[in-house]
Amino acid sequence: MNTRESNQLTELTVTSFESGRSLGRLAGIGALIAVIAGLFLLAGGWFTPHALTPKAIINTFERLNGVHSGFRRNHAKGVCVTGFFESNGQGQAISRARVFVPGRVSILGRFALAGGQPYAADTPQTIRSLAILFKLPDGEEWRTAMVNIPIFVVNTPKEFAEFLVASSPDPATGKVNPAAMSAFLAQHPETAAALKVIGRHPFSSGFGDSPYYALNAFRFVNANGDSTPVRWSVVPDQTLAPNQAFSPNPARMGKNYLFDALIAQIHAKPLGWHLILTVGQPGDPTADAALQWPPDRQQIDAGTVTFNSIESEDTSPIRDINFDPLVLPDGIRPSDDPLLSARSAAYSVSFTRREGERKEPSAISTSEVQK
Amino acid sequence: MSNTKSPAQFALLSRILHWLMAALLVAMLFIGVSMVSSLGDYHGLLAIHRPLGILILILAAIRLATRMFTRAPALPRSILQPEQYVAKASEVLLYTLFIALPLVGWGMLSAGHYPIVMFGAVHLPPILPAKPALYATLRETHTILAYLLFLAFLAHLSAVLFHTLILRDGLLNRMVPWPVRAAGGESRG
Repeated sequence: MNTRESNQLTELTVTSFESGRSLGRLAGIGALIAVIAGLFLLAGGWFTPHALTPKAIINTFERLNGVHSGFRRNHAKGVCVTGFFESNGQGQAISRARVFVPGRVSILGRFALAGGQPYAADTPQTIRSLAILFKLPDGEEWRTAMVNIPIFVVNTPKEFAEFLVASSPDPATGKVNPAAMSAFLAQHPETAAALKVIGRHPFSSGFGDSPYYALNAFRFVNANGDSTPVRWSVVPDQTLAPNQAFSPNPARMGKNYLFDALIAQIHAKPLGWHLILTVGQPGDPTADAALQWPPDRQQIDAGTVTFNSIESEDTSPIRDINFDPLVLPDGIRPSDDPLLSARSAAYSVSFTRREGERKEPSAISTSEVQK
Repeated sequence: MSNTKSPAQFALLSRILHWLMAALLVAMLFIGVSMVSSLGDYHGLLAIHRPLGILILILAAIRLATRMFTRAPALPRSILQPEQYVAKASEVLLYTLFIALPLVGWGMLSAGHYPIVMFGAVHLPPILPAKPALYATLRETHTILAYLLFLAFLAHLSAVLFHTLILRDGLLNRMVPWPVRAAGGESRG
């Protein structure tokens, strides 16, 4: 471009700029860009810093428990297991998921205690969990994270966040504030009712003789496209023994007594559970994890879960699996339960944080597992 | 720069892909930033985010090939040499992000030991080994690149609007989906 052209252009530009119309247009462009940027930040929650977000939930766990490098922010103390699921084909009536085709798929699992303290002592009343990953053909997966209470204590993410704070020891005093819990229960009759139901299902003696429940409802879709509300659980083959009373005496109740018993049991022989699908009827609540379905609902025994090997988190790759309850195969879909998406979102934040951290050794060490 | 042999517009396929991808990318940026701050909509948005990202990757590959094998129209004479460099660099940056963002997302899910679900039983294979630290790094990278793409989009939009509404040099004619014969928009007022 030569100088003359350049000068002409400058004149043109200056002329355009001098007109009020151009200034108006310039302002319009600026306003449009500002609006788009504003909408983007609004969508990202920048203008609502106190909103309940996945990060806020995990921040609450960290505030209550501290940050334990490399550990899950909840269900932090755990041990990894492997085995297989043997389908009997009964589940195919309600789901086309390939996990229900008769035959065997390998599974990964993790037994854990609820709470964000990876080195806490085992106690008889701590909620126990079992997470399972079913490996289906062609890379499909079904992941489920279950606990040993039949229904959940709350039915929305907001109530969960409030319940978490009310039921946890205050990080400043180290003690649960009973007034906070009473106030929460007074405001939330659904939680008081759920706790009564949970109280009618006393805990077993350990991990191995406990049932585990998926809590949330899901939709099963069969080969015809029929959608059915379903809740599932695993019921132990091991005879259910009554729970121990809590004893502060370490000789009677070692720090890892629940895990040590599980390790000894799996070393002695494989542990088995039946996968039970509870089939909902039209009208059964699917969006309320704190409500039980009527007890007469059809139950389908879909097959057996067997764990025959156990390994410390220090060496097992299962430590690096996010047991996101919405990793589902074709044939199983989320229900309208708002807790499902919230669990998925919060687990993802916990997973992202811990995967970027240095991994501290697990309380259930390799030598503990070899005992 | 001689523009006697230059076409007035980008190839038709490039122009169609430009506007289609513009809509998809803006939707994708808003889906992405919304989903990470949402509890209730997280899963539904993520279920769209994954296949949409792969669709954008495929469209970006087609567009890059089209761009490389067809002639681009010359820039209007209003664009001086330094601005030409900026325009070129921003084009390279945008194409890089169109391809890098979905690949980082795909690699991140692979490294995080997630199945890469598209829809129904349709899955993609992992493209990286399951490695925790790699997952964490790629997850962070995905966010940074997404914000960079949003800023690049704003800059691109600002520049095009400035040329079209203030300088009125017909820059936008190069990319409009309908045919325009001559380059330059001064006479059109």
